Amino acid sequence: MSASEPGPAVAIRGLTVVFGGVVEAVDGVDLTLERGQAVALIGESGSGKSVTLRAIMRLNPERRTRIGGEIRVGGADVMAMSPKALRALRGRAVAMIFQEPLLALDPVYTVGQQITEAIRQHERIGSAAARQRALALFERVRIPSPERRLDAYPHEMSGGMRQRAMIALALACRPQVLLADEPTTALDATVQIQILLLLRELQAELGLSTIFVTHDLGAAVEVADRIAVMYAGRIVEEGSARDVVLDPHHPYTIGLLRSRADGALAKGTRLKTIPGSPPDLANRPPGCPFAPRCFLAEERCRVEAPPAVAVQPGHRAACWRTEAAHAAFQGDRAPVLADAAV
Amino acid sequence: MSMPIGAPTVPIARDRGGPAQPLLTVDRLVKHFPVKTGLGGTKAVVRAVDGVDFEILKGETLGVVGESGCGKSTTARLIMGLIRHDSGDLLFDGERIGGRALPLRDFRAQAQMVFQDSYSSLNPRMTIEGSIAFGPRVHGVPKRQAIERARSLLARVGLEPARFAARYPHELSGGQRQRVNIARALALEPRLVVLDEAVSALDKSVEAQVLNLLMDLKQEFNLTYLFISHDLNVVRFICDRVAVMYLGQVVEIGPADMVLASPAHPYTAALLSSMPSMDPDARTQVAPLAGDPPNPIDPPAGCRFHPRCTLVEPVCRGTVPPLDALDARHRVACLARQPGSGHALAPDLAVAA
Repeated sequence: MSASEPGPAVAIRGLTVVFGGVVEAVDGVDLTLERGQAVALIGESGSGKSVTLRAIMRLNPERRTRIGGEIRVGGADVMAMSPKALRALRGRAVAMIFQEPLLALDPVYTVGQQITEAIRQHERIGSAAARQRALALFERVRIPSPERRLDAYPHEMSGGMRQRAMIALALACRPQVLLADEPTTALDATVQIQILLLLRELQAELGLSTIFVTHDLGAAVEVADRIAVMYAGRIVEEGSARDVVLDPHHPYTIGLLRSRADGALAKGTRLKTIPGSPPDLANRPPGCPFAPRCFLAEERCRVEAPPAVAVQPGHRAACWRTEAAHAAFQGDRAPVLADAAV
Repeated sequence: MSMPIGAPTVPIARDRGGPAQPLLTVDRLVKHFPVKTGLGGTKAVVRAVDGVDFEILKGETLGVVGESGCGKSTTARLIMGLIRHDSGDLLFDGERIGGRALPLRDFRAQAQMVFQDSYSSLNPRMTIEGSIAFGPRVHGVPKRQAIERARSLLARVGLEPARFAARYPHELSGGQRQRVNIARALALEPRLVVLDEAVSALDKSVEAQVLNLLMDLKQEFNLTYLFISHDLNVVRFICDRVAVMYLGQVVEIGPADMVLASPAHPYTAALLSSMPSMDPDARTQVAPLAGDPPNPIDPPAGCRFHPRCTLVEPVCRGTVPPLDALDARHRVACLARQPGSGHALAPDLAVAA
């Protein structure tokens, strides 16, 4: 999987993931990750963002999951891979960072042992050389006194340090693609921004292609070039971070932006909320899944699911009424954002 | 009796000290948890809450912000009497909580708490109607009346009683469960509600719904809120005043607009600039603070923030900064703001004429 291969780093076409035969967690996702790009997948719990991410490495439990569609990583077809090819893919070509490092790291081995194990699993390399690599990685993710920390167990480290160690572990085999599942959600505010900046820096320096799953728009804006907004297992809007945040065309994206308790809001005013709650994925209503909660829904929305349409080059939204949604956002945008708008 | 300032904030019958009396006074509150460290089992203590002072005025919302381990949740539990404090005082409307004039049981009928985890704070084997009616029944309300009140509260928090009253917690979504917890907290008609990260676990669109509900209920039931959160956006939106905690102590307290617009403590400033930017053209370039919050077992000497502070000077390592008044409503614990502290940035001492 050399960088010289043409084509995108990850290409997902028509991905569907069904759990237990009934829960349609992912329902037709198309997503392209260009080389060297960072895409943020945004959505609320149950929107299918983590399931999509895990499908790229085929980490969802095989027996109760039915996957359809196509996933290509660096041109290779992930769906057709043998267990052996999958083992070579995981950690080597594609690496993952999880939300809770204390659960993702093995508590009975030192972090140094876990990193050297990962390196030696994929490469023919001596243990001293592997440890040297691990040490360099620790320095790279800026863990203080790295030599000593290599011999620490996960529970002996602070939350921010553990997340840095997990990033080092993910980078151990020089992957092309980095998948991050809510990497900063469990961290404190002052630590979260450090990790976000570290991820952005590593991505630029190592030329990584990154998919970053989060529910926090702010975190997405800090690291991502492009943002894809998911709702009920579908991507409802996708575009450059700038377009999605400053010039949204889907009513759900607009609702998310409006419901933020940001500084732009005057005290004492009510937050503009999205009414209701997400649909039951085992019992999908026909039509657009967001229609029951949408302020623009009309008859057609409840009958026929809208396809993704390009609203601008490189910016698509799955909505019958993108024009009306866009106009509603423009007519009622927060004054703080007005100056920054295109 | 007393001059009313605007509308009375609490029903007069239960109001003892008048509107000027703080509803809750927290005075030099201390709680240390013993832990064993090392092979010899050397005794050490976690200084979870280490001399916390603040007041909550009647009818206001006081926000408490800080990172994990700063003692904000421990403070809430101490106030509710869920754990006993080591020293210091807690006064509710002028009376010592647990004293003769205000036994703990009477206090608890007037103060209720909503926790972060909406599922684990409900009894899984009780219908939500039963959970809401449970408190009033313990306090002597007849069953039929308690159930009736539970149903009207369910309706008030937006859960249709006919559909939801007989359900069990696992049959509800996270946002619906948190509405149940709020209804339960209101069942005893409390005066003070402690909200400990009550909206933190909710999705953004649901969080906004619950925040709106909390604001409506506050007005309708004349409530006073202690609102604990790590989300400064939410705190700015809902709170009148805000207290910033760091390693078991309050480092800054004042009106929310003032503290969050022009923070006086370098830690508050760092917290604010750690918030991700929402503007793709103005991303954060440098992290305002390095490292993690230190361990409350062995807090740094002098000012506890000095190892991470950008304004640190030698004097900060030896002197504990007092929580001094900047003006009538804004207090800060920072030597750089204290006249005559010896810090280069300190303002000059006011010379007596």
